[in-house]
Amino acid sequence: MELILIPLFFAAVQFFVKGRTASWLALASTLVSLGWTISMISGYAMDGSTVNIVDMEWLKFAGIRFTLGYDGISLMMVLLTNLALPIIVLASWDRNYGKSPLYLGLALLMQAALVGVFLAQDGILFYVFWELALIPIYFISALWGGENKNRITLKFFIYTFFGSIFMLIGLLLWKSYGSSTNGFAWMSLVQSQIPSNIAFWAFLGFALAFAIKLPLFPFHTWQPDTYAVAPAGGTMLLSGIMLKMGLFGFIKWALPLVPHVGENMMHLLSVLAVIGIVYGSIIAIKQNDMKRLVAFSSMAHVGLIAAGIFTQSLEGIQGAIIQMLNHGITAIGLFFVIDVIERRMETRELTLLSGIAKVSPVFAVMTLILVMGSVAVPLTNGFVGEFILLKSVFDSNATLGVIAGLTIIFCAVYLLRMVQFSLFGPSNAQNKKFTPLTWAEGLGLGTLCFFVLWIGLNPDPFFGLTERSVSNLLSLFNSIKVQP
Amino acid sequence: MDQYLILIPLLPLIGFLINGILGKKLPKNLVGTLGTLAVFGSFLLSLFAFLEVRESGQALSQTAFTWMQIAGLKFDIAFLADPLSTQMMLIITGIGSLIHLYSIGYMHEDEGFYKFFAYLNLFVFSMLLLVMGSNYLLLFFGWEGVGLCSYLLIGFWYQNLEYGKAARKAFVMNRIGDLGLMLGLFMLLQHAGSLEYKEVMASLSTLSTEKAACIGLLLFVGATGKSAQIPLYTWLPDAMAGPTPVSALIHAATMVTAGIYLIVRSSALYSMVPEVLEIIGYVGLATALFAGLIAIRQNDIKKVLAYSTVSQLGFMFVALGVGAYSTAMFHLTTHAFFKALMFLGSGSVIHAMGGEQDIRKMGGLAKKLKITHLTFLVGTLAIIGFPLTSGFFSKDEILAKVYEHSPIMWGLLLLASAITAFYMLRMFFLTFHGSFRGTHDQEHHLHESPISMTLPLMVLAVLSLAGGFLNVPAFISEGSEHLHAWLNSVVTDASGGHHLDHSTEWMLMGVASALALIILVSTYVVYVSKKSTAAEDNQLTGIQKWMNNKFYIDELYQSVVQKPIEAISNLGYNIIDRGIIDGSVNFIGKSVEVAGNALRRIQNGNVEYYLLYMVLGIFFLLVFKFVL
Repeated sequence: MELILIPLFFAAVQFFVKGRTASWLALASTLVSLGWTISMISGYAMDGSTVNIVDMEWLKFAGIRFTLGYDGISLMMVLLTNLALPIIVLASWDRNYGKSPLYLGLALLMQAALVGVFLAQDGILFYVFWELALIPIYFISALWGGENKNRITLKFFIYTFFGSIFMLIGLLLWKSYGSSTNGFAWMSLVQSQIPSNIAFWAFLGFALAFAIKLPLFPFHTWQPDTYAVAPAGGTMLLSGIMLKMGLFGFIKWALPLVPHVGENMMHLLSVLAVIGIVYGSIIAIKQNDMKRLVAFSSMAHVGLIAAGIFTQSLEGIQGAIIQMLNHGITAIGLFFVIDVIERRMETRELTLLSGIAKVSPVFAVMTLILVMGSVAVPLTNGFVGEFILLKSVFDSNATLGVIAGLTIIFCAVYLLRMVQFSLFGPSNAQNKKFTPLTWAEGLGLGTLCFFVLWIGLNPDPFFGLTERSVSNLLSLFNSIKVQP
Repeated sequence: MDQYLILIPLLPLIGFLINGILGKKLPKNLVGTLGTLAVFGSFLLSLFAFLEVRESGQALSQTAFTWMQIAGLKFDIAFLADPLSTQMMLIITGIGSLIHLYSIGYMHEDEGFYKFFAYLNLFVFSMLLLVMGSNYLLLFFGWEGVGLCSYLLIGFWYQNLEYGKAARKAFVMNRIGDLGLMLGLFMLLQHAGSLEYKEVMASLSTLSTEKAACIGLLLFVGATGKSAQIPLYTWLPDAMAGPTPVSALIHAATMVTAGIYLIVRSSALYSMVPEVLEIIGYVGLATALFAGLIAIRQNDIKKVLAYSTVSQLGFMFVALGVGAYSTAMFHLTTHAFFKALMFLGSGSVIHAMGGEQDIRKMGGLAKKLKITHLTFLVGTLAIIGFPLTSGFFSKDEILAKVYEHSPIMWGLLLLASAITAFYMLRMFFLTFHGSFRGTHDQEHHLHESPISMTLPLMVLAVLSLAGGFLNVPAFISEGSEHLHAWLNSVVTDASGGHHLDHSTEWMLMGVASALALIILVSTYVVYVSKKSTAAEDNQLTGIQKWMNNKFYIDELYQSVVQKPIEAISNLGYNIIDRGIIDGSVNFIGKSVEVAGNALRRIQNGNVEYYLLYMVLGIFFLLVFKFVL
């Protein structure tokens, strides 16, 4: 409960302060949340059990309860959120909006909503947090965005909102036609019986909402524009955390319907996910706007995570969960890097940059570490997830596995191209503008690099956090009896 | 008692961290000494491990920690020192130490000196992981790690765009191979449930032949990438953009032999599927010939050596192809000696020539660079198989094993070895003999390199001369096949059907030696007595022009792979992504807007109209309710 209340409280406090005080308060708030998360993780038994935080009546007539609880998976997602937020505050530090109480307040509100999504144990509560998360990010992008911000953010808002409506319909179908004994409670819904034709439509509603959020090919076209136009902090919130709502949604809310709708659906989704990997990778190769490049690369990486989830295997989902954390770290890191460059050079066009490594070797090293994490070189975090994910996809369908595997080649092509044209090459006179990193930038990027290497070197504890929860989840889904 | 094993890769890692983090502020000599000592320390420990293994006849092993456990699979960071890995360790750390020492002199003027040593140490660390791991996972760690280091070191002078391109090319082409290797590992995991060598090998008896063939081919795809075989060899000649010690260490002696190591390590698997071995043999043979042909018409001293490396690796793959695993390891070892020697020698030449690499502008360097010349001569004699040098024994053994397998392959390989002799001697004579063809300035500056550079040359020259005695064939001296005996417990050579009788072996050896001597004499006549020089590029016609242009393979790959993908990327973005997909999304949005506009007209504020709508509504409701 505190995990939601702390950011909410500090978001409210933001109305009464201004300037640097606001930034410091936001940083303090996020650090307290992070500390709280770590203590929760260390207190968790790692046995896959679900710990209840709060369970009270909310809207009794509709069978809606306010239920929050967590298992290992939720904890991992909360860890990602609460680890990302301090970094995002640091990344905004040297921008004008980094001192704006409104911006910081919205970011904290977003944090509360995201944590809510990951903890909600009631369908409607999940939906409410899900939509709540959309509002702050819409304002962040619309108020501090770049060129064409109004048109693009509106499209983003409508597109994702459009998807969410279908999720709500899916929830209503699940409850109304299913035999749930406890309203919208997750466990009750999962164990309920539901006619397979209704389950099909409910699943489709969930899948559409999640697919747009990820985004899964071909529902992705809002993404590059929105990532490009949003301020760096907004892009980080979107790519680092928000899209994980969709992945998390698939694991927790869509997979339990699969026994009712059959495997064909999953096969179709896997194919879409793998198309997304190749498609996003190929498009990324010739992008000159660094943000768009990383946006398409993110589409490819998320496609692989989704493909892992769709295998419905312990390995696939475990790989997906750790890769969500990893993708959060590297995506936030890469957008951080891009912002550091853009703030100094006033451009993020690869054709206009060259030889930054010469003027700031430290920055170059940190960028390379993050890039190697994303390229999935062994002993970085990216490799851990990618190896397991590719294995799970390969095991479930060798052809898809081979095609998905192309990502390890393409990713090297486009990210090394990005490195070549920004960091390497002859240093030019423009690079005088590249001032040394500030403490906030150094601390933020340094922390991310530390995690890239830590998870790469010793991923075992991270897997341990979720392994039992995932296997419990899978055996629960396997025990679902399908209505004849 | 085996707890020191982990120190062997750890020392270079520590060296990397110290030099990488603090190196900028430390004096150059300290940086160089630290880097060299880190690797030399590993060498001493490797030597210790080697002695212990030899003494006890038992492999050493050490498990550091469990990297991850998932879904019942367990992956350990664990090390193994058996005869095969200790042999690789000695080569890596031994030659590695020499090359580090050499680099102190060679890189002294470079402002990235500390960075160079840091990367070099990181490379040795990765390479040691590759060969010391007790499972395929750690091999893969090292495999990709050396690829990364190779990328960093090829692009060491990162301000040069061309070098950067070469570095990226190397990384990407290696990754193509890595994908094959990774898929092979997935299949092994599926079957054995583990990547530990011991468990994988134990599970082979239940592996179907089809699967074994599939895995064998996938691992071989990985090997073609790392060991620069057809079709993935084109990155290696470009990799010469890196500083010369890098070419010697990574692109001649160690990293490029990882593919050989992988297949020898998996020899039990390959022996199950002779068809796959056959393919490996043919690919190796084709590469040996093809790269040799290209080398004939190259004029960049490092490019000649690079193609020669590709070709020599082809020889090793031919040996693997006939199932002579330990023979391949023998040639790997001698090649590491003489090729590292020649690369370092070429570095010494380039150093003296002020950066010039074109052999058409050299000549007569023997007088000024005495040590370089003599040691280079040793290297050249070794590679052409001059009797009693190291290359003589190892190449002869490959030829003999191939002859057992197929006399036609033997003939072709002999041709490849004749080509080798020709281009190496051509390069040697053009560089060191005849008259100087460079500028006056260069001639004035010619000087022998400092002792830190010539000492490694001398040590390697001794090894290149005497290295062959590691494994003298049985028909000459019974019981002198030390290397075979050493590797016996790890690899079992598949060839062994019928042994050649002694007279045939003598005959084969005689033919090869005679050929080498004939070419030695004739190239001497052509390039020294008659003072012929290399033709200018524009004078070349026909096949020679093709050879000079590397048979246009790079251009072929560019137009068949790279250009189309880039075109798809552009088209895909502009037409499919922005056009079709986003177009449809926007179309839906627009339709709603248009519909909204149309509906808006209804609400025009006139009370009469509202009244009309109401009446109509009530009417239809009633109709709906009572009539239908």
